[in-house]
Amino acid sequence: MAFEGLSERLQAVMKKLRGKGKVTEADVKEAMREVRLALLEADVNFKVVKSFVDRVKERAIGQEVLKSLTPGQQVIKVVNEELTQLMGGEQSKLAQAGRPPTKIMMVGLQGAGKTTTSGKLARYLMKQNRRTLLVAGDVYRPAAIRQLEVLGKDLNAPVFSLGDKESPVRIAREGVEKAKQDGFDYVIIDTAGRLHIDEAMMDELKQIRDTVEPDEILLVVDAMTGQDAVNVAESFNRELGLTGVVLTKLDGDTRGGAALSVKAVTNCPIKFVGLGEKTDALEPFYPDRMASRILGMGDVLSLIEKA
Amino acid sequence: SKTSSTFVGAVNDLFKGRSKIDEDLYEELEEILIGADVGVKTTMELVERLRAEVKERKIKDPAELQPLLSEMIGEMLAGNEERNKLNINEDGLTVILFVGVNGVGKTTTIGKLAHRFKSEGKKVVLAAGDTFRAGAIEQLETWGKRVGVDVIKHQAGADPAAVIYDGIQAAKSRKADILLCDTAGRLQNKVNLMEELKKIHRVAQREVPGAPHEVLIVLDATTGQNALVQAQQFGEAVNVSGIVLTKLDGTAKGGIVIAISHELGLPVKLVGLGEKADDLQEFDSAQFLHALFKDAIEEEEAEAAEK
Ligand SMILES: Nc1nc2c(ncn2[C@@H]2O[C@H](COP(=O)(O)OP(=O)(O)OP(=O)(O)O)[C@@H](O)[C@H]2O)c(=O)[nH]1
Ligand SMILES: Nc1nc2c(ncn2[C@@H]2O[C@H](COP(=O)(O)OP(=O)(O)OP(=O)(O)O)[C@@H](O)[C@H]2O)c(=O)[nH]1
Ligand SMILES: [Mg+2]
Ligand SMILES: [Mg+2]
Repeated sequence: MAFEGLSERLQAVMKKLRGKGKVTEADVKEAMREVRLALLEADVNFKVVKSFVDRVKERAIGQEVLKSLTPGQQVIKVVNEELTQLMGGEQSKLAQAGRPPTKIMMVGLQGAGKTTTSGKLARYLMKQNRRTLLVAGDVYRPAAIRQLEVLGKDLNAPVFSLGDKESPVRIAREGVEKAKQDGFDYVIIDTAGRLHIDEAMMDELKQIRDTVEPDEILLVVDAMTGQDAVNVAESFNRELGLTGVVLTKLDGDTRGGAALSVKAVTNCPIKFVGLGEKTDALEPFYPDRMASRILGMGDVLSLIEKA
Repeated sequence: SKTSSTFVGAVNDLFKGRSKIDEDLYEELEEILIGADVGVKTTMELVERLRAEVKERKIKDPAELQPLLSEMIGEMLAGNEERNKLNINEDGLTVILFVGVNGVGKTTTIGKLAHRFKSEGKKVVLAAGDTFRAGAIEQLETWGKRVGVDVIKHQAGADPAAVIYDGIQAAKSRKADILLCDTAGRLQNKVNLMEELKKIHRVAQREVPGAPHEVLIVLDATTGQNALVQAQQFGEAVNVSGIVLTKLDGTAKGGIVIAISHELGLPVKLVGLGEKADDLQEFDSAQFLHALFKDAIEEEEAEAAEK
């Protein structure tokens, strides 16, 4: 499972601290050196790591912490709080428009999982009895429309397409129009994968956004992404104004540092995670639970809370 | 030789403006390397070795670091002009198997490579061994049409090993020179899917002496440290012979291939630089190295210009 390697490393550091009756500034610094390495090895962006470690150090070396009765545990508590903060605090739900349909636009790099996630979201919404229309807005990738159609057929979700000869802007506009007319609750627009530095292609997304005024613009990010995750997320956010992130391929064994980086630079909540190739493999994301799971301290925390 | 001198020259600008070798400089170097996904371990190793050399040879001038560093990274990259070339069976059918995790660019690379072989006058056949992902067969067929080569396929859901078997028989009877085998993306921690891949590999081995002549693992340059685990696990399953590094047209550097190449002795054979048929190139280590440091050099130049 993703995050496992990171979890092991961090827990080892925390374990050392926990046992200590007395914690010195040097102990904290040593622990933070190890935390830094653990985060870097998990692909958390080095700038994000730097500010995280600095923040924890500043708070943890504060007098109340080191002079408290349980200094080790207090330091752990600081790490946990900061990690939860880094992951985004509380769970954040999918938008719902005042007047349907709620419009969701999927964006991201090539191969991140946009089309698959579109299918998964449709299934997720349909399970809650929301009528959902999928819109095939990728006219570039070979057989992208076909891919969405196959997914839609399996789910019994209708797919709106104008083939691959029309502009994605027109497809999006007419797709949303259709959703309005036919009384759909949600409309999900799949778009072609693109590089964040491809100006023409980023422009196209802006045009789609300005035309359909989506309620959600979800950046789909591969959980295995390395240091570049921040550049990608920053650019997409700057150009489009993201409302949320979907982290895919978390069924792998990546340490998943991209999750932390992306949240840190965009301040956008991670709303869902993808945990497999099938359309049922989508789950809402709970940052607080994930943070305590990474630190492996659900129980420990409640103890500290009581102390 | 000519290549090695351009290779050494690749990072020549990085420390040009520096007057001395100090901690700041090492730290910046560390950040550049980690930021390029080279990884903590390999970065530390490189910087340690650099420090040792500086001490031993009493190097004072930062400019002398550049050739040293280039050489060290060059040594780690397992390839050379000979090994970077695809292994082609000159007197019969060459079978190339493509493997890797989801969405990295396997199918697209096959399309590009088919295009290249075709324009060299070779007869190429493609086998649609991804029978799982929605629209995967149609995607390969579209590539087949686009570049004008035959595609052997079964229906969605069919046994991929059977498709490869048929692909081999068809390639033989059509007297093809090259058979490119697509496989479904799979995460390396999925045991049953890795078993399926072994079966495909066995079929190729059994049906053509010396096949598969290449087993190429396709790695997405955007991927972080997990790429090393991918290369290890796929290598254990199907004896990977080389790397295709895709999506280098983005801002990610793909630095993890240094560790992969170093630790597993795998050469990088091809790089992907876009989504079109001719966006495929041989791996050029000098170019790769230059790109690794490019942003840092540009940043320095911009800073220098401001002063
Ligand atoms: N294991 C796993 N695979 C996934 C997940 N999400 C998507 N995939 C796979 O990742 C690959 C790429 O997914 P797509 O949905 O085609 O990605 P995309 O972003 O639409 O790609 P482009 O349209 O080419 O940019 C496919 O093989 C999917 O099956 C996930 O959560 N887990
Ligand atoms: N920018 C860029 N995009 C690429 C490159 N190679 C592939 N892609 C894109 O990445 C996406 C995924 O490529 P595929 O060839 O479908 O990847 P795959 O490994 O076959 O994916 P699955 O079969 O789903 O596992 C597509 O949108 C491709 O157009 C590249 O070198 N540069
Ligand atoms: Mg897609
Ligand atoms: Mg494929």
